[in-house]
Amino acid sequence: MPDAIPNDSVGLVTPSTQHFEQSLTLESGLSLPSFDLVYETYGELNAKKSNAILICHALTGDHHVAGYHSMDDKKPGWWDAYIGPGKPIDTNKFFVIGLNNLGGCKGSTGPMSINPATDKPYGRDFPIVTVKDWVLTQTMLADALGIDSFAAVIGGSLGGMQALQWSIDYPQRVKHAVVIAAAPKLSAQNIGFNEVARQAIRSDPDFHDGHYYEHNVVPRRGIKLARMLGHITYLSDESMRAKFGRELREGKINFNFDTEFQVQSYLQYQGESFVDRFDANSYLIMTKTLDYFDPAKEYNDDLAKALEKTDTRFLVISFTSDWRFAPERSREIVKALLDSNKSVSYAEIKANQGHDAFLIPNTDYQNVLSCYMQHVEDASQ
Amino acid sequence: MTSLRAELKIIADWIKPGSRVLDLGCGKGELLSYLQEKHNVTGYGIEIKQSNIVASIKNRVNVIQADIEQGLTGFESNSFDYVIMSQTLQALHNTDKILQEILRVGREGIVTFPNFGHWQNRLGILFGHMPVTRTLPNSWYNTPNIHLCTIKDFEGLCKEKDFEILQRSIVDSQHRSRVYNMFFPNLLGEVALYRIQKRQA
Repeated sequence: MPDAIPNDSVGLVTPSTQHFEQSLTLESGLSLPSFDLVYETYGELNAKKSNAILICHALTGDHHVAGYHSMDDKKPGWWDAYIGPGKPIDTNKFFVIGLNNLGGCKGSTGPMSINPATDKPYGRDFPIVTVKDWVLTQTMLADALGIDSFAAVIGGSLGGMQALQWSIDYPQRVKHAVVIAAAPKLSAQNIGFNEVARQAIRSDPDFHDGHYYEHNVVPRRGIKLARMLGHITYLSDESMRAKFGRELREGKINFNFDTEFQVQSYLQYQGESFVDRFDANSYLIMTKTLDYFDPAKEYNDDLAKALEKTDTRFLVISFTSDWRFAPERSREIVKALLDSNKSVSYAEIKANQGHDAFLIPNTDYQNVLSCYMQHVEDASQ
Repeated sequence: MTSLRAELKIIADWIKPGSRVLDLGCGKGELLSYLQEKHNVTGYGIEIKQSNIVASIKNRVNVIQADIEQGLTGFESNSFDYVIMSQTLQALHNTDKILQEILRVGREGIVTFPNFGHWQNRLGILFGHMPVTRTLPNSWYNTPNIHLCTIKDFEGLCKEKDFEILQRSIVDSQHRSRVYNMFFPNLLGEVALYRIQKRQA
């Protein structure tokens, strides 16, 4: 609830829906008869249609990247700190698009949508989608909006993976890729965390094998646990220590299993509030999307080879305290780009917030991004 | 001409146009920016300092944030025509290892440093003080320079490590070549520039 819309905000925004009345064959071989993508745009597309920027969201993000849906909103979009008039991604200069990816739960076709074959929600019958599938559907949205080529595709975490995939699959359609806090593929540890999250959801008695909508329940306990676990991996040891330490809610231990430490209370709150804003089936699918991401696989596990044909220019950013996708993982991307002689700059930003740092205002991060976006703008003229 | 521009010009004259160059400790990216513009060079800078990363990006230079003291593990052998290290050698801990890394990653290395053998430095020591000069402007307690060397020292190291000196330029602090530098370089030269490679078998 902003009392007034801040000057550097894109203001009140309204999502749009693009319907695709055509069958979409996915990487899995399965297909969808038709689908919708929900998206938002900020700024104006120029006459040459050369100033468009695509923002790709992370695991639980969506199309609401910046601005407010109503004056009652408690918070703006998820990357509002970086997008708006005069901000690093300046909406006075760029036409910015955010979308909800296929398989999501914020309006684009996903497990909660009605399956035309059964007239019931897809539930667990919704096919697993991949980053490659997402990027394909993003090109279809670009076509619908009349955009041949993006000035930049930008994303953090799973969003950064989409930007990387864009440069490999559609190099002629993306001039710059900004890959933030990402990895070239998940590690065993990453997949391990995702698996625990999925098991939490799937073992909840209210899950009903993914068809919980018909039972008018949601696997609350499962989603809550999955989010609590995930949330720990988004923070750093240092930031959790600074935020909670071993602080007790009642100032003393009570020798019971109630919520005694502040960190317990915080994680439970994070888990609870997630239940109402995210669908369990979407969460299952998107963790799989992460696990499957491996663009080098079809190039003999050689990422440099995967990137060989691209003329896209890259900015890669990582954060020192990120252990989910640590700086070493970004350096793997940078090395592949160096080995294939691509244009790349790499910044390792000092930040103590862990993986979440990519969403949080930070002067060094903003400076690097702003400077780079100046080149993106020059190249889009 | 400023001293920096003068050094860039000497280095630029040594580099074949169109080369692939890695600049270690690239600062604000001036050298690469100059080489890109005048010599059609492609390349990357490596820099540790955050403000220099931003400045290099501003200068349209590809820059990688990394600590060169950790070696050049992210770089394949012989993947650059030249690896350049300008006025950084004397501020590093693992000087000899980094020189070896330079000649692993680059077919040739270009290294420049302030000559500690210059008579002003010798005079400073003679009178009992760490010298403060045009090329070494810091005091002993706040200098980043921990491995100062003379021209003789550097050439001794090259011999020991089997580095071949392909080209050398000994100049004054304004990077002007002086006739007297040719006769007593270690005494009269303020700045030394070298182009080196691994001795070919």
